[in-house]
Amino acid sequence: MTRLESAAELEHFRAGIVAARDPAKPCIAVCAGAACHGLDSARVAQAFRTEVGKLGRDAGLEVRVTGCHGYCEKGPNVVVGPDDVCYFEVKPEDAPEIVASTLKKAVVERLVYAHPDTGERAVHMGEVPFYKHQTRLLIGDNVRIDPMRIDDYLALGGYAALAKALFQMTPDQVLDEVKKANLRGRGGGGFPAGQKWETAKNAPGKDKYVIVNAHEGEPGAFMDRALFTGNPHKVLEGLIIGAYAIGSHRGFIYTRHDSPQLIRHIEQALAQAEEYGLLGENILGSGFDFRVEVHFDVGIFVSGESSALMRSIEGLPPEPRPKYIRTSVAGIWNRPSNLNNVETWANVPQIISRGAEWYAGIGTAGSKGTKLVSLSGNVVNSGVVEVPMGTPLRKIVYDIGGGIPGGKAAKAVHFGGPMGGSIPANLIDAPLDFDELAKLGAPIGAGGLLVMDEDTDMVDVARYFLEFLTNESCGKCVPCREGMRQTLKVLTNITKGKGRDGDIARLEDLNDVTGAACLCALGRTASDPLKSMLRYFKDEYETQIARGSEGKGGKAAGSAAT
Amino acid sequence: MQIDGREVKARDDMTVLQAARTAGIHIPTLCHHEKLEPFGACRMCMVEVEARGRKNYVVSCLYPVAQDLVVRTRSERVDKIRRVILEELLAHAPNSPELVALAREYRADRDRFEKDASFCILCGLCVRYCAEVKQKNAVDFIERGARREISFIPEIAAKECWDCQECFALCPTSYAQAAYFLTEALAFPGRRKAGVANA
Repeated sequence: MTRLESAAELEHFRAGIVAARDPAKPCIAVCAGAACHGLDSARVAQAFRTEVGKLGRDAGLEVRVTGCHGYCEKGPNVVVGPDDVCYFEVKPEDAPEIVASTLKKAVVERLVYAHPDTGERAVHMGEVPFYKHQTRLLIGDNVRIDPMRIDDYLALGGYAALAKALFQMTPDQVLDEVKKANLRGRGGGGFPAGQKWETAKNAPGKDKYVIVNAHEGEPGAFMDRALFTGNPHKVLEGLIIGAYAIGSHRGFIYTRHDSPQLIRHIEQALAQAEEYGLLGENILGSGFDFRVEVHFDVGIFVSGESSALMRSIEGLPPEPRPKYIRTSVAGIWNRPSNLNNVETWANVPQIISRGAEWYAGIGTAGSKGTKLVSLSGNVVNSGVVEVPMGTPLRKIVYDIGGGIPGGKAAKAVHFGGPMGGSIPANLIDAPLDFDELAKLGAPIGAGGLLVMDEDTDMVDVARYFLEFLTNESCGKCVPCREGMRQTLKVLTNITKGKGRDGDIARLEDLNDVTGAACLCALGRTASDPLKSMLRYFKDEYETQIARGSEGKGGKAAGSAAT
Repeated sequence: MQIDGREVKARDDMTVLQAARTAGIHIPTLCHHEKLEPFGACRMCMVEVEARGRKNYVVSCLYPVAQDLVVRTRSERVDKIRRVILEELLAHAPNSPELVALAREYRADRDRFEKDASFCILCGLCVRYCAEVKQKNAVDFIERGARREISFIPEIAAKECWDCQECFALCPTSYAQAAYFLTEALAFPGRRKAGVANA
């Protein structure tokens, strides 16, 4: 492969790939996402390869191992194109039948979706309830891409947005487009990406950095991994466009050391993009240079916090920086450093290629585009979901998620993991919107949505999150380290029936100070789950505390309180 | 700028804490030391600042001064933050004279939270003094979150500590001293005495 030296060469090369492919030729896409991989989808893929291999060179169909399809609950997932026939819970021994049926343009009825109550069947992706209520702008391509092959991404129009940005737009125009689209950060804060880019762009200094935060460490969040592992070039393309807008020539991908598949795909993507001249010196002959290196975490949650992450890239322990200067002005080695998460970067190419106006037409007044949600907990269909901003949570939990298993009632939905919040089921018509959910006390965070049924003990939920956080705090500042330690003690006592009078006041004071006084965002938002619990489920706490106080003879145990 | 209603002049490279101290206004600190880089960990020096109509709570040891900044070193909220922080630390070191005196001022109840007598409040004065002033790194933080503690590194401590021990005086709870002698007893017993005899 020779390097592509211009936008015209890229388009010519793309036309060649597309021409060599027969769109009518069936393709069996086997999901190798984390959940399916865990269900041994590798053996399923091997069985398909063996079966297709038997048919010889002109088999008339191909097998593709892809990233996450989304419907984790029913893995291993297999989707057969071009009509996207969905097969679920596929075993290696199903391969011969699927291959034979596909060649006959028939469907293996026993492996298609059947509604658990009505038994109604759904054959194609667009009919399966889990998929049909989604808008899969970001994750949808996963089914069509072998993440190890850049040609698959190019065949779908990949890197056209980069070419457009480099040759038809100035950096300022790219920035304006992202600002007009009102793309807000998907990592947790919901801060406008364009505004962040502008700060880094205008900050003094020649050397500027752009960073992909791929350190998805929150329990119950698995959408960034699904997106990045399944479609690494989408994220990379967004990053290169961002670098061009900001005026950065060096980028970093900061990711987890413990996701070997993700690492393999990222490294392959970087190597292939460089080989094609889409990365490195003089990208597509435009004169723009940009290099990317990959860095790994050291196995601690707080290294996903922006300033801690940057210290980690510098080679220091990942402790948040106690500074009142933004990292977009003084980040890595005190140089302007623009950090966005995986999903934020992945939104950039479509904003450039389809325009800010199109993008801003999706979503609500304040929250634009689609949002990936990791749906899990007491829900029939867990998996990775993508819906337009503004979608009511009810639709996600019931229409897509299939409701609560076992005929139980929902009690609460929790957004944002250990730094998010729970809202009661009666607020389930709330829209998926940064500001609306923050107001209710369940900020979207990174997008982990945990559904809890009527049997859930809300004290124990808070205790679980606090236990996670006390282990994952860096331990530097007092209100985080000590505040959470004491909060955890109080909660543990309550769950053991050893609650004392004054525990509510104790929790409220601890939580208030942790939320106000911590050094970094991890600490300050660590108070969010409990805050939401005390807002909506206080009576449950009071009941459990009262049980403890009574058990020990009432007030005496709490004499030192308040 | 204004601190507690008084007009205060400050150099533009100063922090709010430096400006306040220069003007003779007291702000309590536990992890701050003039010879050391600001650490921002104890959060006792939190103050209320107001700039362009927005109120914020910041640690004065790190917050840079600015023209027309309005600072309040005491308020109901600031006092509450300091009180709870003291209560959290008193669970570890209930008899530390420094903490006891501050507890009196801020009405902190040393029995409010369950005791965990580790004595160390992790202010990091010993760690940072050894690293920044002595440049020996004989004592450091180990572990993270609620398991964080200080630890003398036996290999370095055996060589460097016996005739230094300057960090002992900085420690608000005498835990640095205890940790050192424990390390000595476990890792290099008798070494210090031999060193003294040779000196």
